Amino acid sequence: MISIKNLHASVDGKEILKGINLEVKAGEIHAIMGPNGSGKSTLSSVLAGKEDYEVTEGEVTFNGKDLLDMDPDVRAKEGLFLAFQYPVEIPGVSNINFLKTALNEKRAYEGKGPVEAKDFLALVKEKQKLVELDGKLANRSVNEGFSGGEKKRNEIFQMAMLEPKLAILDETDSGLDIDALRVVANGVNTLKTKENAYIVITHYQRLLDHIVPDFVHILYNGKIVKSGGKELALELEAKGYDEVKKQFETI
Amino acid sequence: MIAEKTNTAQQIIDAISPKAGKVGFIPDNVLTNAMLYLENKGIPTNKHEDYKYCNVDAILKKEFKNIKQELKTISSVNEFKLEDTVTLVVVNGNYSAELSDKIVLKGLHINSLNNLDAEGKKQIASIADAESDAFIALNSAFSGQGFHLKIEKNAQLQIPLHVIYISSCEGEALVNPRNIIELEANSEATIIEHQIAFGTGKTFTNFLSEKIVKENAKLTSYSIQDEKENGFSVNTNQVKVERYAKYDNTTITLSGQLVRNNHNVVLAGENSEAHLNGLFMTGNTQLVDNHTLMDHQVPNCESNELYKGVINDKSTGVFNGKIFVRKDAQKTNAYQSSKNILLSDDGTINTKPQLEIYADDVKCSHGTSTGKIDESAMFYLNARGISKESANRILLNAFAGEVINKLEVDSVKEYVEKRLGF
Ligand SMILES: Nc1ncnc2c1ncn2[C@@H]1O[C@H](COP(=O)(O)OP(=O)(O)OP(=O)(O)O)[C@@H](O)[C@H]1O
Ligand SMILES: [Mg+2]
Repeated sequence: MISIKNLHASVDGKEILKGINLEVKAGEIHAIMGPNGSGKSTLSSVLAGKEDYEVTEGEVTFNGKDLLDMDPDVRAKEGLFLAFQYPVEIPGVSNINFLKTALNEKRAYEGKGPVEAKDFLALVKEKQKLVELDGKLANRSVNEGFSGGEKKRNEIFQMAMLEPKLAILDETDSGLDIDALRVVANGVNTLKTKENAYIVITHYQRLLDHIVPDFVHILYNGKIVKSGGKELALELEAKGYDEVKKQFETI
Repeated sequence: MIAEKTNTAQQIIDAISPKAGKVGFIPDNVLTNAMLYLENKGIPTNKHEDYKYCNVDAILKKEFKNIKQELKTISSVNEFKLEDTVTLVVVNGNYSAELSDKIVLKGLHINSLNNLDAEGKKQIASIADAESDAFIALNSAFSGQGFHLKIEKNAQLQIPLHVIYISSCEGEALVNPRNIIELEANSEATIIEHQIAFGTGKTFTNFLSEKIVKENAKLTSYSIQDEKENGFSVNTNQVKVERYAKYDNTTITLSGQLVRNNHNVVLAGENSEAHLNGLFMTGNTQLVDNHTLMDHQVPNCESNELYKGVINDKSTGVFNGKIFVRKDAQKTNAYQSSKNILLSDDGTINTKPQLEIYADDVKCSHGTSTGKIDESAMFYLNARGISKESANRILLNAFAGEVINKLEVDSVKEYVEKRLGF
């Protein structure tokens, strides 16, 4: 699915990613954990194609293609999806029209015609139900005035609509109440197939109770310093990052 | 500031006088004063405070060296008609009863300016002072055979009026459309004034409208400016709003090489209200300059202004909003906001709020902002698979929507959205 090799990225001349290596295969769920400021969101942004970050070294292959060579919209059309840690409010742009445009552009990229109005509405209904998103939100401006939890649900709703091959969920659990967490996790599990994959960024084991990862990675100071199975997350939950930090302080 | 006088005015007068018809309806003293004003003050250059960014003198010198006044006639306006409106037509400043819809609406009276009774004649130049501005003077001296439109007392016009002003010539020409729009007490109307130009020639349209909104009347006015790259215009709206009356205007500038708007509103009666909204989206080397004046003369009035600009290429946008609160105008509420997006490095936007407040118990505020397309919104849309180009359109549409949504006549709104590619 995706293969990240020795990825270095900087912003304003300051290096933030310092050689990331990660291989995610179809059907897998990878969790990335790590202290605040370690570079998790930067990694997501670089993969999604945010221009603020300069890739100085390394390569990323996405389903056999050079990801770093693609414009951000092409990455999405190729099946990459980023659920933002901080979804952006866009006043004046209706959630539903925006999604329709996104869906149709993706379809056009795949050589398909625009979605029929009634099929689109049916799809919206179905996916809203999946993440229990209030129907009224769909007609409002993108994320404008949404509560923190509503924004996160809206991200997963969009993911459900676009059916990506690889979804990166950047702290989608933060800001969700316990019920919402379960709903979102159920949504993700329902959408999970053998053909797609997830990278789940989180600080808490409670999300991983619901979305069970095949691999857990610890990102620290711009590098993946430790990888393991799902038990690594439990270990972190118990001990915190102290040990990791001590061990890699000098790096 | 002392305005430096040039000979441009005289050259224009010499060029258009031989072909100008006699302007019988302008009172003699107004005509004399207008000519004297032009002779003494001339066409404003950028030395004139109000025309700092809009050197009309220089533009006329460069673009209208050879005014021939070869005006063209128009045989049909069908392609410009808007659904569910009544069409009135003005060609090169002259009201055309033949091209206008022949529909009788209860309470609506339309007359040619040269065909007015004594009462109507008194209104000509009653609020547009020929000695206050060169373009009012120029129009007064060479006014076209415009129209007088009256909505009778208590009448509520159910169908919007769509006035199409066509400028069309060969070579170079100057036209002076002029009208009076009067809403008598308790009446209501929506009037769309739509300016277009076509043909191979270059036209300078010097538009003047005197609008009188009487007690408790409501005038909703839309100005749609679409004179294309050969169109140059200065458009003056002189508006008087009386007690409990309401005036709403939305001006959308779709095209025009030069578009200068002087929108002057006098809140003359207590508890009156005025709203001015504007949208301009400019490109190439266009210059769009919106000058507004809200003159609060009496207590308890409210005014609100929202102007939005999107500036691309080497074009220039200007918003200058003056709010004048006179000594007696206590309890005034006056708000003004100008928001702009600069799409290119070579574009320019000049905004200037001008508050002159002589009363002490008032609420006035103004805000102005200029920025680029919101990058984080752009990235969010791109990350969902929406290309830069469509994301740009979506975000500009969202920005402009706040003004476009003020257009409450569907056919007008659709026309504007279509012209802007939304
Ligand atoms: N655009 C930017 N300009 C300057 N510094 C940046 C920028 N983006 C990220 N950084 C810095 O890079 C480092 C990594 O930030 P990042 O957001 O990737 O951390 P994170 O691991 O996602 O943290 P958190 O768990 O708090 O979300 C931080 O020190 C941050 O301040
Ligand atoms: Mg983060």
